[in-house]
Amino acid sequence: MNFDFTEDQHEIKKTARELLGSRSSLAKVRAAAEAKSYDDGLWKELVELGWPGIAIAEEHGGQGLGAVELAILSEELGYAVAASPFLATVAAAEAIGVAGTPEQQARWLPLLASGEATGTLGSVDGLVPDADAAAVIVLIGEDGVARVLSRAEADVTPVDSIDPTRRAARVYAPPTNGEPLGGDSAAAVDRATVVVAAELVGVAQRALEMTLAYVKDRKQFDTPVGAYQAVSHKCAQMLKDTEGARSATYFAAWAADAGVGGADFLAEASSLAKAAASDGGRDVTASAIQAHGGIGFTWEADVHWLYKRAQVDAAWLGGSGVHRARLARLLAARLQPAAA
Amino acid sequence: MDLTFSDSEAAFRDELRAWFATNDPGVEPSGDDAAYAWRRDWQRRLAEGGWAGVHWPREYGGRGATMTESAIFFEELGRARAPLPANVLGLLLAGPTIMTYGTDEQKERYLSPILTADEVWCQGFSEPDAGSDLAALKTKAVKDGDEWVVTGQKVWTSGAQHSKWCMLVARTDFDAPKHKGLTYFLMDMEQEGVEIRPLVQITGEPEFNELFIDGARIPDENVLGGIGNGWKVALTTLMNERSGLAFFLQVRLRQLLDELIEEAAQRGLLDDAVVADRLGYLHMKAEILRLTAYRGLTTIEKYGTPGPEGSLTKWMWSETNQELAQFAADLLGADALTAGNRWAYELMRSRGNTIEGGTTEILKNIVAERVLGLPRLKGAA
Repeated sequence: MNFDFTEDQHEIKKTARELLGSRSSLAKVRAAAEAKSYDDGLWKELVELGWPGIAIAEEHGGQGLGAVELAILSEELGYAVAASPFLATVAAAEAIGVAGTPEQQARWLPLLASGEATGTLGSVDGLVPDADAAAVIVLIGEDGVARVLSRAEADVTPVDSIDPTRRAARVYAPPTNGEPLGGDSAAAVDRATVVVAAELVGVAQRALEMTLAYVKDRKQFDTPVGAYQAVSHKCAQMLKDTEGARSATYFAAWAADAGVGGADFLAEASSLAKAAASDGGRDVTASAIQAHGGIGFTWEADVHWLYKRAQVDAAWLGGSGVHRARLARLLAARLQPAAA
Repeated sequence: MDLTFSDSEAAFRDELRAWFATNDPGVEPSGDDAAYAWRRDWQRRLAEGGWAGVHWPREYGGRGATMTESAIFFEELGRARAPLPANVLGLLLAGPTIMTYGTDEQKERYLSPILTADEVWCQGFSEPDAGSDLAALKTKAVKDGDEWVVTGQKVWTSGAQHSKWCMLVARTDFDAPKHKGLTYFLMDMEQEGVEIRPLVQITGEPEFNELFIDGARIPDENVLGGIGNGWKVALTTLMNERSGLAFFLQVRLRQLLDELIEEAAQRGLLDDAVVADRLGYLHMKAEILRLTAYRGLTTIEKYGTPGPEGSLTKWMWSETNQELAQFAADLLGADALTAGNRWAYELMRSRGNTIEGGTTEILKNIVAERVLGLPRLKGAA
């Protein structure tokens, strides 16, 4: 039993935190968001570092590391609220990597690993991030089956979402377009779901840290507001929500790598992570706005980027309600053999 | 990261399960004295099997288990639906505190009877006017020759009526700042001057007591950790309070949730969207508790000090246990409101969870100050 990263994984996390701290400051995030553009320099640098391919198999040009390393990078990009197509691209790569046919993998994974192309994954009834620029779209239909579409095969309508740090779109494709993933769609989506949960953990962590810095500094009645229990207990709750989501998310990333316990094991772990991280991400970022007081409600303060990212991420691949329902179905299924 | 158990940990669990399979404590008898005797006999069996002081070092008669093995022990104890041993406060609190601060003579004298439950311990910390603000306690100990004479009142003293010894914190210096004037004593409960009155809780059971101390005498040699050092020694006791027990409670919560899911299934309610949502929610919270407890364990084993997650599990457990009991009342209706029903019992007993062993409010203060580094409000200590 060891619920800690390896030394290499700690190093990846530290390096990512430092790099993004200098390369993707909140000023840069703001500049990209207000210009409705991406930080192309940042993406180029991430590609040079091999980040998009970190969890893609070496035979397809990736680094061949696992879901844990990918979760670490996703968490750090969430912490930075980076304006980048990273998350959408790795979500597509995870799905194709685990459930794509050999042809699908050979066609798309090298492009995604090298950063020559970006990808995305989402459902027909939700916002799909970065779909307009994506070369490959893994689209989950109403029946839960995921299809692999080239950009030309998809009908993409860009949408201004509430989160201007990331591009969004509605995506539709007639059933005859593209082809289904070769393997289990649910397992593919589960792996992508873990990546989104990890980003939410990073977003929550940043919101907590920004809030702590603010409430230690801001004084009212000659006292730092963080000394008042109405505020400090809210911060304690933010820590609890963040750490709870983190426990569930790291567990799910480990489950994705370990491959133990069959498909239901990862299904449960990923739904657990997404339910916890969706709730945690939304609650913690909302609390961050509240704890910042009037300033927190202004465009000028940066906490709203976190709140908006959390809202969109929370809905992406199912909000907490969807995942709680799935957990209940898995629990019920577990009872069936006993009943029979 | 490897969330599987090592071969030796798995072997430890297997050995334990085999032992529990052939050592069934049976059903708890009714009546306080009978229930106590049952738990005392259970501890004796554990001690004979070498399982009473699992986390105690071998030199003190323990098994010398790692923290993970100790967690496994408490999980398996819960899974076997076995009770906590009668002398749980001795095993978890008094023993480790004596190991840390005791003289060789004290270790020699007190540790062994703790393991066998020949001498049971209770905890004399809280007072009517010193709860969360423990250091404000007023029970006083005055030197008289080579003895101390104690006067005061303690409260929430679980198991006092069965105890031979009390971990007593009393004020020995009234001029010193409140944290500095305290001394930790090992007080003999079997003497005049110690009066125990049962305190009935909202379940109707007398789980704990009031302790009226009037002229009780404690010899000098029963000071633990030095005069005036009581606050530091008491903190050691409190640090131990939340260790292995978390895993026992976590498993018990899981069992309760699984039983509730069965109840929902028997009523054909698993397809009901509202029921499914609540069960999914409780399952999520139970899993977060379990996983966070394991994360905390890894941090302590690997780095020697608890991480931010370590101070969250008691809060998570108590909150979830209450939510679970409350949902049971929604799900089961009249049954859960009928006296004698086990869910009705949970509905009442769980209210204590967010108070006993540190209120949630105090836990939030601790998180805010020690983990998050937020400033302390003037006047609060």
